[in-house]
Amino acid sequence: MNLITNYQHQHFAHCESGVMATLLKYRGMELSEPMVFGLSGALCFAFLPFMKFGNMPLVSYRMFPGHIVKALPKRMGISYLRKRYKNPDQAMQELDDYLEKELLVGLQTSAYHTTYFPPEMRFQFNAHNIIIVGKEGDEYLVSDPVFDSIQRIQAVDLKLARFAKGLSAPRGLAHYPLEVPDPEQLDRVKLIKAAIKKTVNMMLYAPVPWIGIKGINYLARRVAKLSSKGDARYTRLFLGNVVRMQEEIGTGGGGFRFMYASFLQEAFQETGWQVLQEASERMTAVGDAWRGFALACAQMVKKSSSAEPAEIAPLLRQCGENERQLYKLLKSAV
Amino acid sequence: MKIDDVPQDDNRTFKGYGTKAVYAVDEQGRYTKTATSGWAVEEVVLRDVLDDFDALAVDAKNRALRGEASPIEFFLYRRLMDLPSLARAMGLAKWRVRRHLKAKVFKRLNTALLQQYADLFRIDLTALTHFKETTDIEPDH
Repeated sequence: MNLITNYQHQHFAHCESGVMATLLKYRGMELSEPMVFGLSGALCFAFLPFMKFGNMPLVSYRMFPGHIVKALPKRMGISYLRKRYKNPDQAMQELDDYLEKELLVGLQTSAYHTTYFPPEMRFQFNAHNIIIVGKEGDEYLVSDPVFDSIQRIQAVDLKLARFAKGLSAPRGLAHYPLEVPDPEQLDRVKLIKAAIKKTVNMMLYAPVPWIGIKGINYLARRVAKLSSKGDARYTRLFLGNVVRMQEEIGTGGGGFRFMYASFLQEAFQETGWQVLQEASERMTAVGDAWRGFALACAQMVKKSSSAEPAEIAPLLRQCGENERQLYKLLKSAV
Repeated sequence: MKIDDVPQDDNRTFKGYGTKAVYAVDEQGRYTKTATSGWAVEEVVLRDVLDDFDALAVDAKNRALRGEASPIEFFLYRRLMDLPSLARAMGLAKWRVRRHLKAKVFKRLNTALLQQYADLFRIDLTALTHFKETTDIEPDH
C-alpha cells in the first residue's frame, strides 16, 4: 500500500543506471538507460590484481559502483542530494517520511541481505541499487531495476541491507534529484561529445596498466600464464570469476558493451554524425567478441574442451584490439 | 547481439525469479531492450564457484563435528564469504576472525560476539552454540 501514485515499474539491464533513469523520469526528465550509462561515462575496463574479491582479483567492465549517481548529475547540471546516515533508525524514519511525501528516492543496499534475490546470488556485494515505492505493514515494496516485477522485503532486512559493513559499505545512502533543468534547454550534442571524449581518453590513455585497453592486455597476459601454475582449481575459478564479473554481476561486460552500443546509436540520432552509427555497429561486434571469450572460458570450466588457457588469451587480446580501434574512431569524431 | 541470438536457456538460478533485461539489435538494426531467461555460460561458471563453496562447507562441517574446527568456518562458506569479507562485515581484524575459526578459541567466545556472528549469518544463536544437535538446520534467508 501507500504506493507512489502512478508509479510504473520498469525493467532495466543494470541497477545503477536503472535507478537513475527512473528517478529522473519521475522528475520529468526522460533519458533512456543507455543514455544515462553513456552520458555518465560509466563504460570502463579494470583488472586490479591487488584488490581481491572472494580471493580473486577484481575484474570490472564499468566504472566503480556509485559512479553514475555521482557523475551524471554533475554532467547534466542537476542539483542532486546524496545523503548517508550514522543512525539506522533515523535513516528508516526518513525513508518513511519520503514515502509519505510521495518522493521517490534511490537506496544503496547489500545484495547479501536482499532476501528476494536467488540464494545463489546473495554474495557480499554492497553496491546494489533499489527504489522503495511503498510499505505494507512490516514489508516494503521494492522497485528493483534488475527484476521484472515489484519485490517485497522485510523492514529489518532492508535496514540490514542499508547498513551492511564491508567494502563500499552503503552507510544508508539515499539519493534523489532536487531540481532538474528543463530538458529543452539542454545542449545534448555538447553533453554527448564531452561524455564520449571522457570514455575514449580513459580507455586509451589511462596512465596505469590496470585500466582500459592496457588492462585488457594485462589480463590477457595473466590468463596466458595460468596453465603454467598447474593448479587446475585455481585456473577454473579464475576464469569463472572473469566471466561471472562479465556476464552476471549487473549485466556484465558483454551487456555493458551492448548498452554502450545502444547509447552510440541514440547519440547518432541526436547529433546526426554518421561515424557514431558505425561505432555503434563495431561496439556490437566487440560485445559479441566478449561473449565468444566467455563461451570459451565456460567450456574450459566445464572441461568440455581440452584447450589451454594460453589458447584463449588471444581471444582476449582480440577484444582489446577491437576496442582500441573503435575508440580511435570515436576520438576522430569528437 | 541480435534479438534472435539472445540466449533463453532457462537458468536454474533464475527459475521463479523472473527474467533479466538486455539490449539487442532488431532486424532493422535498431537497439531495443529485451528479456532473457539466462545463458548457460553464466550458469556453468556460477555452479562451478558454488560447488567449490559447497565442498569447503562440507569439509568444514565434518571437522566442526569432530571438534577440530569452529562452526563459524562452516557458516562462512555456507554464506559464500571468505575470510577478508567476513572480517570486514563483522568489523573485526582478520587475525581475530582467523582465531575464531579454531575450535579451542571458539569455545571460549562470549555470547555477545557469538550473537553478532549469528546475526550476520542470519541464524539462531543455538545453531552456533549447539552445532552438533542442529546440523540439519540450513540457514534459509
